[in-house]
This record gives sequence, C-alpha cells and structure tokens, in this order.
Amino acid sequence: MNAKLRASLHVSALALRAGGRTLIDDLTLTFSPGEAWCIAGPNGAGKTTLLNVLAGLSKPAAGAVSLDGVDLNDWRAAGLARRRAWMPQSTHDAFSATVLDVVMLNRFPHLSGWGWESDADRRAAHAALDALGLAAFASRDVLSLSGGERQRVALAATLCQGAPLLLLDEPLSHLDLHHQIECLEALGDWVRDPAAQRTLIFSCHDLNLARRFATHALLIDGAGRAHAGPVRHVLSAERASAAFGYALTLIREGAHEALVPVMRAPHP
Amino acid sequence: MSLTRATAIWVALAAAALAVFVASLALGSIALSPLRVVDALLHGRASSPDVIDEIVLSLRLPRALGGFAAGALLAVAGALLQVLLRNPLAEPYVLGVSGGAATFALAAMLAALPWWSVDAAAFAGAFLSIVLVLGLARRELWRGEPQDASPRLLLTGAVIAAGWGALITLMLAVAPENRLRGMVFWLTGDLNGVATPWAALIALVVVLAGIVPAAPQLNVMLRGDAAAQALGVPVVRLRLSVYLAASLAAAAAVTTAGTIGFVGLVVPHVLRLAFGNDQRMLLPAAALAGGVAVMGADLIARTVIAPAQLPVGVMTALVGVPVFLWMLLRRSP
Repeated sequence: MNAKLRASLHVSALALRAGGRTLIDDLTLTFSPGEAWCIAGPNGAGKTTLLNVLAGLSKPAAGAVSLDGVDLNDWRAAGLARRRAWMPQSTHDAFSATVLDVVMLNRFPHLSGWGWESDADRRAAHAALDALGLAAFASRDVLSLSGGERQRVALAATLCQGAPLLLLDEPLSHLDLHHQIECLEALGDWVRDPAAQRTLIFSCHDLNLARRFATHALLIDGAGRAHAGPVRHVLSAERASAAFGYALTLIREGAHEALVPVMRAPHP
Repeated sequence: MSLTRATAIWVALAAAALAVFVASLALGSIALSPLRVVDALLHGRASSPDVIDEIVLSLRLPRALGGFAAGALLAVAGALLQVLLRNPLAEPYVLGVSGGAATFALAAMLAALPWWSVDAAAFAGAFLSIVLVLGLARRELWRGEPQDASPRLLLTGAVIAAGWGALITLMLAVAPENRLRGMVFWLTGDLNGVATPWAALIALVVVLAGIVPAAPQLNVMLRGDAAAQALGVPVVRLRLSVYLAASLAAAAAVTTAGTIGFVGLVVPHVLRLAFGNDQRMLLPAAALAGGVAVMGADLIARTVIAPAQLPVGVMTALVGVPVFLWMLLRRSP
C-alpha cells in the first residue's frame, strides 16, 4: 500500500451516553501508527458504541474525533472508506455468494468507472485470504461456512479494503484458540509492516490474548471511567478487577503471564 | 463476476428475447414466416399496409412490446426489493403498490369509466400507495442508523397491501355480474387490452438508467446498512432511490398489464441460482429475462387453446408456483 497513508486517530473530550447512562466521559487520546489497541471492558460498557463513533458511523454525545488532523465529519465518505476499515460484530448473509466475491466487496472504495473490479482488486482479495489462511475457501458459498469461518472471512474482507486504520468489533468471537492466535499474529504482522504506517483498534474479551498481542489498551468500565496506555500497564490485575467487578490476579511462570480470577474461599 | 462474463449473459438473454419477440409476432390465428414479420415491421407503415401488416403492427406488436416491458419492469422491481429488504421472498407487490393500483383500477371499472381512465386510476392508486408507505415508514427509509431498518419497512408495506386486499375483495363482492369477468382478468394480469406499450417501455428505460449505475453500491448494501455506510455508500439516499425505482417500475408494469404474478419473484431467483447475485449483472439480466418470461407466457396463453385466450398471469403463476416451491424446498437441508 501507499507508504504515505498514515492513520493517526485523535479523540478529544469525547463523551458517550446510552439510555441516560454515561459510558465514557471526557476521553482525550491519540491512536498512533504502529500501535495495536485493545478496547476492553464489561458487557454494555460501550465498546461497540465507541468503535462506531471512531469509525464515524454514529455521533458522540460530546467531543470530536479526527483522522490525520481532519474532523471525521469533514471527510468525504469515499476518502474516509479508503483510510479506515470497520468490521461489525456479526454479519448476516441473506443470499449465497462466494467467499471471494464477499471479500472483494470491500474493494468498493477503490472502484472506478462502471464499478467493475480490476486485476489489482482481485489480487488484494486473494492476498487478504492468503494472510488468514483462507486461500482454499475462495470459491466456497458463504452460507455454508461455520460461525468461526465466517468471522475470518469478514476479517479478510476488512483487510482487503487496504485502509491503514482498522476498527474491529470483537474480531475473535466464534474463533477457536488456534485461529484466535493465527488472526492476532496476522494482524500483528499487518500493523508492524515497516513499509506502511498502520493503526489497529479492536475490542476483545480475552485479557490474556490482549496482553500478549496488543501494544496498548483502553479499559472502560461503563460508568465513565477509562484508562489508556501500554497494555501491561492498563490491563493490570488491579485495574481489570475494578473494571470487571471481579477480583483477578496475575500469575507468572517463566516468561508467561496470565490474569486469572482469584479462588474464592469455599463456603463452609 | 467480470464484465466479460456479464456481457456474455446479457447477449445470450437478448438473443432469447429477440427470438421470442419474433415468434410473438409470427404466431397466432394466422401463422407468418419470420421474413414476413420483418417485412411488415420494415415496410408496413411506408407502403400501403395489407391485413397481415395490420395484424403484426396493430395487434401483435403492441402486445409483445407491452409484455416485454411489463415483465422487465416486474423482474427489475423484484430484484431491487429483494436487495432493499434483504429478503429473498420480497417481490414487486410486497409493499402494496399493486394493491393500490388494483383497488383504483377496479373502482374505475366498477364505475364503468373508459379504458384509459382505468389505466390512469391504476397509476394513481399505485402512486398513492407509494406515498403512503413512504410517509409511514419514512423513519426507516430516511434515518441513517446502524440498525437494520428492513423488517419495519416490510411490515408497513405488507399491512398496507393487506388493507388494499380487503378493499379489492369488497369490490369484487358487490360488482355486477357483467363487469366481474373484466375485473378478474385485470387482477390476474392480462395483456389483451394493451393499446400502447410506449409508456411502459419509457418507464423501463428510465428505471434502468437510474438504478444500473448504482449496482455496485447495491452489492455493498446487501452486506447491511452499517457495513455499506462504512464503505462510503450513501445508504439513506440509496435506499430511497431503490424504493422509488422499484415502486415506479411496479406501478408502470401493473398499469400496463394488471397484476401479473410470480415474474418479479421467480426471475431474479432463477438468475441468481444460475449466474450469482452480482447486481451489476443481475439488474440488466433481470430486465431481459423478465421480458422474455412474460412475452413467452403471453404467447403460450393466447395460442394454447386458441381462439380462446388465457390471462397471461395464469400462465406465469402456473409455471411460477412449482418453480418457486422447488426453490423454497431445496433451501432446507
């Protein structure tokens, strides 16, 4: 991709509300190229709402979001779609279509003329499928895929868009452990590509995978409090316990670390 | 899907349309050779026309063109609504356009108004129904929201259609015997009364010119409103134009030929099964295949028990019902 495409996303004084609750209050933060951010928090804390706002799909209650110094509201839809890709939590397929055609739909912002894909678009789609180990799926019908396979196809489609900023809403849901790690490794390679300036933001419920594969984390508790910073610093036992409302402890074995729920004393 | 493959599909369907068109002009109570048909088309108006030229130009030509235009409009409307509602069972009449048209047309027939005012009433009824659904479901069509708006739009249209259905039944119940036959023929879909096909053909060209350039955006919209918006598609505007294009197409078709059933449902599905669901290919292909289907069905309807004529809607339904059931049942495991 074009090395000049940087993707630096800045939020200032952002507030999110839902149904009278304040989810996020006065958040100011910059997501910079080369960083992989995990958004963590309990159910209903506002992870999806925040990702929608960061993608420019819905408006915040207060504050502003800007991409490369330009407010999201001032971006043209087509230009924005070439700079940031967004993946929803789930996709619904009403009609059959091949995996390749579904992935290639995300080349829409790059189409010109009568809207037929060029060979470059086809190459991008195949490259995205290859990156996630889906090359053999290209001609499968999406209606025949399992939930996890469909999720990986959606991720391949998002990569195929060729945008330097990825916003992924729970990309690991429905995936088994092996594919979770494979996807996170592919995303890690993607964000570290030295030829490009790329930024990754994803929401995730697995704090240990986040600690291992993300560089930064944003922990929200759904009551207006948010912590942002390097992942090990933010997803600490103390902060995660407070946000999730359950005591967690960090255990270590050699180079390995894991956050686990503390054992509660059995009832007598 | 590539442009080359799509072009091949279009050329094949256009050839089929041409063949059925010539057959429609050649076959009937007096069978003609294709050469005689071409001769009538080319020279009928110029030189002094004989009775053969009259049959081809005044009777068979408007009927064939009207059938083609109505079928094409219905298939395009069906394909568009299936995308808009993201529901494979959607068809041109699902949002109540045909119900409004039929109610007004039947009222005009009940009042024994001349034929042209039946057409005008049909279009007025279709238009009223479009505006009604638009007004009631405006939030669903207008508001750019990540939630899926389709079920409420579908329900609004379906309820309006049910209301029209009740009025139609009421009018059939009170209609005098001598008008009942014409009303039932109108409801089934009949090309016998097509005086001029030009209005429908113009509507077809307008709808296709308006919506085919948006076909790549429709492909994206099939993935959901939020996903389409994230890819830079102006979802709200597109939904509105798709709704208007599909409704106007259905209104023009119903005004021309009555409520011909199943074409708008079955033709897009058959094309999808055969060639895939790429709207860039599908919309022009649906126009051609829908035209072939109704033109061909009418050819059968007026020749199979000649000199008596069946309403074309009976033919499309007789073929459409088994095709549709087969499609429905093969989906379940």
